Amino acid sequence: MTTTATAVPAASKGVQRSGRRPGRSHEGASRPGFAWAAPAAVFFGLFAIVPLILVVVLSFATWDGLSDPEFTGLDNWKKLFDDPIMIKSLWLSLLLTFLGVAVQTPLSILLGVWAAGHQRNRAVLSAIYFIPLLLSAAAVSVLWRAVLDPNFGVPAHAKWLFGDGNLFGNQSTAIGVLIFVSTWQFTPLHTLIYQGAARSVPRVLYQAAEIDGAGRYRQFFHITLPQLRNSVVTSMILMVVGGLTTFDTVLILTQGGPGTDTTISAYYMYQKAFKTFDYGTASAIGVMLVLVATVISLVMVRLTGYDKMNSTMEGM
Amino acid sequence: MSRRRPNILAGFGSTVWLLVVGLPLYVMLVATFQSRADYGSNGPFALPKHFTLDNYVNDFNSGFGQYFLNTVIVTLSVVAIVVLLVAPLSYAIVRSRSRVTGMVFRLFLLGLAIPSQAVIVPMFFAMSEAGLYDNLVGIILPTAAFAMPVCALILTGVMRDITPELYEAMTMDGATHRRVFFQLVLPLSKSGISTIVVFSALQAWNGFLFPLVLTQSASSKVITMGLYDFQTEHGVDMPGMLAAVVLSMLPILLVYLFARRALVQGLMGVGGK
Repeated sequence: MTTTATAVPAASKGVQRSGRRPGRSHEGASRPGFAWAAPAAVFFGLFAIVPLILVVVLSFATWDGLSDPEFTGLDNWKKLFDDPIMIKSLWLSLLLTFLGVAVQTPLSILLGVWAAGHQRNRAVLSAIYFIPLLLSAAAVSVLWRAVLDPNFGVPAHAKWLFGDGNLFGNQSTAIGVLIFVSTWQFTPLHTLIYQGAARSVPRVLYQAAEIDGAGRYRQFFHITLPQLRNSVVTSMILMVVGGLTTFDTVLILTQGGPGTDTTISAYYMYQKAFKTFDYGTASAIGVMLVLVATVISLVMVRLTGYDKMNSTMEGM
Repeated sequence: MSRRRPNILAGFGSTVWLLVVGLPLYVMLVATFQSRADYGSNGPFALPKHFTLDNYVNDFNSGFGQYFLNTVIVTLSVVAIVVLLVAPLSYAIVRSRSRVTGMVFRLFLLGLAIPSQAVIVPMFFAMSEAGLYDNLVGIILPTAAFAMPVCALILTGVMRDITPELYEAMTMDGATHRRVFFQLVLPLSKSGISTIVVFSALQAWNGFLFPLVLTQSASSKVITMGLYDFQTEHGVDMPGMLAAVVLSMLPILLVYLFARRALVQGLMGVGGK
């Protein structure tokens, strides 16, 4: 989902805008008070914000879940950065995220721009393309686990393509499977983002280019792509946050294996908490994931100047 | 636009993607209609020789009926909570001038960035302390909370499009906030409401992490947990397992057929705004 980084500037502006609606004539309409927002605020605070604060507090404590938590300052954090599996898991998370972005971005831009056309066959195909997005990560992972099973699945019957390969048996193919499956699952969402954005590119630009004799590919690179730049940032931030927090897919497809070769941080956190009952360290990993995701998103927003381009967001 | 040559490259690419999306779904469907032995010997691509529905029947008899019911309960409850809380929230965000409301909105935007995994440890203890561990209520509450930010974003977007003149006209007639909300805002936000219904239902139906950490016994399992158990316990029964996958997605596919427009537009809004 979108992060604060992108959402806050655009949306807080919206709040102000509705607050300073021009013209005295509307002053007459009375306005609902905070009471209308209170139930939602309390509920959300209780089940999302308070746990988030607690997890930060817990990251400075040692806790096995049975005895009382004991505050040990930065111990968990020091332990984490001395833990080779932790360091490896962080690199794996970043690698998976990076590869995911690198594969999904061009693919979903092409599919999205293609699907933005109004022909009937495109509408039908887009409807089919969308299906993976409806499935739970559990269903997607179980499905692919079955399809890629070395004994009963496709690899056993297409040896020309897979060799005798147990795709889950070595690191590079296991990572390949994870990238492929998340691409299968999430490309529809990003296609949808680009499809919407491509549809809102002003037609005049293409008409002008056509008069200048620009072909299809020049139009794509000189008009469509530049016009999509905001969507690229939105979509990439979604991919980064989604990639760093991938969990269910890893749990079902590889269980972090072979060995710890696909043990990404989110999965390692789950193991720390619910397998070795080291809740303090698990909390620290949780906090770290949120921090990394936020920092990457903020950097992307700054580097691309996205926060200064609100005007081009109209019509999306 | 002028006449164009057909774009062969794009046509080819989109066909390839159709295969990538469609083939596994085909393999899945075909597998579920044959026995384990047939699936093993025919391979994943062949059509079933002896058509059977046993896989579905077996799944249903081995607990999936209960999981199904639990998932329906969770989904309906989450949708109810989200709609009841987010609709007045969005009305307040769009119309209120109170600074507190503005802060609340910023809080929800912050919530967009919180991955549910980050809070899973405190959630586990809070629910245990509250006696809600292994109880459907324990899944419903956090699932609803984490669906709310996106839904608030969608619904405020829709409610902003209601023109101020309409509010003014109603106020002149002496309408209370409650009447404005029920007779003006809600009817005009129907599209947004249906989007958040579909969106939160999808979140609840497909939820994995909260059920994984917060439930245990068969009587409180949801479908995604059923799938996970199947995978870990009878992973070699491919047709049975895939039938369970099909069962898990049937209701969603039905909803998709009827509410495609709302769902797609809602998700486009999430990405674009």
